[in-house]
Amino acid sequence: MNTSLILIIVSSALVHNVLLNRFWGVCSFLGVSKQMKASASLGVAVIFVMTIASAVASLLNDYILVPFHLEFMQTIVFILVIAALVQIVEMFLKKSSPAIYKALGIYLPLITTNCAVLGIAQLNASSGYTFIESVVAGFSSAVGYTLAIVLLAGIRSRIREEDLPAPLRGAPIVLISAALMSIAFMGFSALSF
Amino acid sequence: MNKYMERLYNGLIKENPTMVLMLGMCPTLAVSTAAINGVSMGLSTMAVLVFSNLIISILRKRIPNEVRLPAYIVIVASLVTVTQLIIKAYLPTVDKALGQFIPLIVVNCIILGRAEAYANKNEPGLAIMDGVGMGLGFTVALTLAGSVREILGSGTLFGLQILPKSAAIAIFGQPPGAYLVIALFIIIMNAIGIKTRQRQLVENDGCNGNCAACAMQCDDRKGKEEAK
Repeated sequence: MNTSLILIIVSSALVHNVLLNRFWGVCSFLGVSKQMKASASLGVAVIFVMTIASAVASLLNDYILVPFHLEFMQTIVFILVIAALVQIVEMFLKKSSPAIYKALGIYLPLITTNCAVLGIAQLNASSGYTFIESVVAGFSSAVGYTLAIVLLAGIRSRIREEDLPAPLRGAPIVLISAALMSIAFMGFSALSF
Repeated sequence: MNKYMERLYNGLIKENPTMVLMLGMCPTLAVSTAAINGVSMGLSTMAVLVFSNLIISILRKRIPNEVRLPAYIVIVASLVTVTQLIIKAYLPTVDKALGQFIPLIVVNCIILGRAEAYANKNEPGLAIMDGVGMGLGFTVALTLAGSVREILGSGTLFGLQILPKSAAIAIFGQPPGAYLVIALFIIIMNAIGIKTRQRQLVENDGCNGNCAACAMQCDDRKGKEEAK
């Protein structure tokens, strides 16, 4: 493994965390983090989909869109590929490994339009990453996503027992917790040498 | 108030997509670093929304119900690509500031949400007004969030220095500031008693990881509650 791959891993998982720095996929971050178990399952499903989606999007971009000068089609192609891919992955898992399907099943179709998946595919294409770099970036961004959502779920399980002033209950305290996490993650920016 | 003006009022105030429905949080958090970014993102989204509402409303009797979502996604993605190319060609500064967020308009809850909740049930004229109203509501909310972050973060508003630089709190211009400012808005709205759907969204299963289906789920849920 060379240094550029390590840089990509650190940058996409920690420094430019999709949830805390880029704000992609915030809907699920605020919604699903209510329960620890659901957050972890969603995280694993995102790792799964985002890695495969980055790989497929990178291949399509390098071997079809760029050679035929169709880069302007990226948005349309990527979103359709992601939607189709999720369907295929779902059918494949249902047949081949029912155990995994049972654990991830309900989350897979919902990830189709998670902005983080499309965002990472676009980012890989615009940063000119190679196939390997795209897969690594996709995987480590998804790990960063999982890390952030599981951490927030942990914080929220503690907040639930606290006696908060009425206007802060519900979304505001979750957003403030996310802001504090985001400040903590800013510390990682020192790693982007 | 005729029904066209009612659509404008509905989008701007009664069902403001950001402040009341809590949709499209990703772009709201990401691009509200400065007031001008809020305006550009809001207007780009509005352009896509108006045309997607128009096209979907015209085609509402032609698109088979089973494949309507893929069809909507293709329509929206094409419009976003057109918008992206226009911005690249004529507004290079906007492209530089918002470049990577423009493609993500495709998965903005507001657009597919309005297609599903309004445009596919109503005539083109009303659908356009709904798009304009919702788009303006989104633009106003983004600009407001952007202005607050810009004033607190760097003491400027639309680039003009209105507070001394020493009074600026840099954190508001950085990612954590986005979460803080939106939290502040909701706290104020809660305190003065404006009902948002955020509690329902955050306390239930939210969008389940699905940005675009957010709006539809909420509408479904609302429908079910009304049925009860």
